[in-house]
Amino acid sequence: MKGLRYGISDTLVLAKRSLLRIPRQPDLLVGFTIQPVLFILLFVYVFGGAIKTPGFDYVDFLLPGIIVQSIVFGGFVTALGLSDDVKKGLIDRFRSLPMTRSALLTGRTLGDVVTNIFQLVVMFTVGLIIGFNFSSSVGEVVAGILLLLLIGYAFSWVFAFIGLSSSSPEASNAYGFTILFPVTFVSSAFVPVSTMPSWLQPIAEHNPFTTMVDAARALFLGIPAGNSVWLASVYTIAIIAVFAPLSAWRYRRVVTR
Amino acid sequence: MQADPAVETTRLRKNYGDVEALRGVDLRVETGSIFGLLGPNGAGKTTAVRILTTLLLPDEGSARVTGFDVVRDAAKVREQIGLAGQYAAVDENLTGFENLEMVGRLYHLGRGRSRARALELLSSFDLSDAADRLVRTYSGGMRRRLDLAAALVARPPVLFLDEPTTGLDIRSRIELWDAIEALVSEGTTVLLTTQYLDEADRLADRVAVIDQGLVIAEGTPEELKTHVGGERLEIRLCDGQRGEEAVAALASIASDRPFLEDGWVRVPVAERRGTIADAVRRLDDAGIAIDDISVSTPTLDDVFLKLTGHAAEPETEEAEVQPR
Repeated sequence: MKGLRYGISDTLVLAKRSLLRIPRQPDLLVGFTIQPVLFILLFVYVFGGAIKTPGFDYVDFLLPGIIVQSIVFGGFVTALGLSDDVKKGLIDRFRSLPMTRSALLTGRTLGDVVTNIFQLVVMFTVGLIIGFNFSSSVGEVVAGILLLLLIGYAFSWVFAFIGLSSSSPEASNAYGFTILFPVTFVSSAFVPVSTMPSWLQPIAEHNPFTTMVDAARALFLGIPAGNSVWLASVYTIAIIAVFAPLSAWRYRRVVTR
Repeated sequence: MQADPAVETTRLRKNYGDVEALRGVDLRVETGSIFGLLGPNGAGKTTAVRILTTLLLPDEGSARVTGFDVVRDAAKVREQIGLAGQYAAVDENLTGFENLEMVGRLYHLGRGRSRARALELLSSFDLSDAADRLVRTYSGGMRRRLDLAAALVARPPVLFLDEPTTGLDIRSRIELWDAIEALVSEGTTVLLTTQYLDEADRLADRVAVIDQGLVIAEGTPEELKTHVGGERLEIRLCDGQRGEEAVAALASIASDRPFLEDGWVRVPVAERRGTIADAVRRLDDAGIAIDDISVSTPTLDDVFLKLTGHAAEPETEEAEVQPR
């Protein structure tokens, strides 16, 4: 019981630390807010006219996709923060304290949930201003938002692993984007999969990221979900089940400097 | 009653791949003392501290801190220790106060006590004025003091300081030394690693000299100096040609054979008192004029040279580890 109470309080203390960092590093804040907003505007107004999305306005088609992408990348703060802690030796201090061992990781990933909420508010606000409409029930919208937060949480663990495995914050950034950029683009997020070359279509269709985008679209636009929602949930939970223990293992073994 | 030592290691070994970082190290640090682990870069000092602070598992041997095994009772050990080091492990994006409060919370002191303790430590480390500034605006010396303060938040009985003053300017070093000495007067046991011989000499009650993963000598700084040959009379003659005559004239007051080196006559002596007068008299009797005469006490540098056959690392590391 005492262990659990300490576990929760340690996690909250470290989540607070993770969040305090953001307003103090304006470049991070830009990464969370201005960058995704810029992407929305560029896609809608620059590419939007050229991309045919039968049955949808492009802004309705795009917004769920680009929000899932931004949420996935939201965890980069965890990668940056952890690799910085390793590089600066702070991880030695934490590991020598009688705190709950995993709290540095659970604290950071919990902090990411808060920044993800903030990010969702910004992106939906911009989306609504430029013409996005929710066309589903309130319950579906709420379920969609919860699914987005769960996806964001899962990828925070992916980024935690990347952060603990790379030699510097710069390297973790490079790894994260190199791996995740193609995954998010070869998907249904920005264009209908049917417009891709035939060899690429099966890849895009079976990309778990496509499933997540389809699930978000179904929940926000009120279109038939098929099995995308529960499949996306399974993928997301599987990612947590793999990367949380993997990160905890890296954390125990990580050697600074 | 024989008290348990604060820190005890038995045949501690650790390899990194092919590199043998520790090759069977035995240490014993008495409660309430300052113990210096002295050695050049790469000697294994940091590896020993990392094992003792539960950051690294030993390959062989065992280590105990206040009686708790660092492997089996790691969680208990962490409640007993504080760690501060050359890399000033404080969060740059938090203020000084926030850093100490966070560490207090992670020691489970509770919010109120964590805050009170943070304020108290900021004041005793002369950081009150900077309490609400982000640490990234701190100077190197201020960061080091904050780092030491962070290690002391829970008043741990045993403190590990890994090269606490590496890269600091002389004024900051002396401030930090004073702080460390004040701690021990309160009963804290300190194990510090250093490559600065004057630091070990100034602070430590006992010193272990470590080189290439082995303890090659151990004792009080005084004992180590004596081991090198105790005190020495150093004489420069007006006429450098008459060195051999001087050696002959002084042989009877020497504890070991006098010798010539760099134009100086060096005479090991057992007893400092009266030696200079004695030597002057004898040389005067032999008609040999003296240009300069003094008694020199060996430094730990001499100890190191004598023990390892190579000089202690020059202090070229400084620029590299200077906090940004």
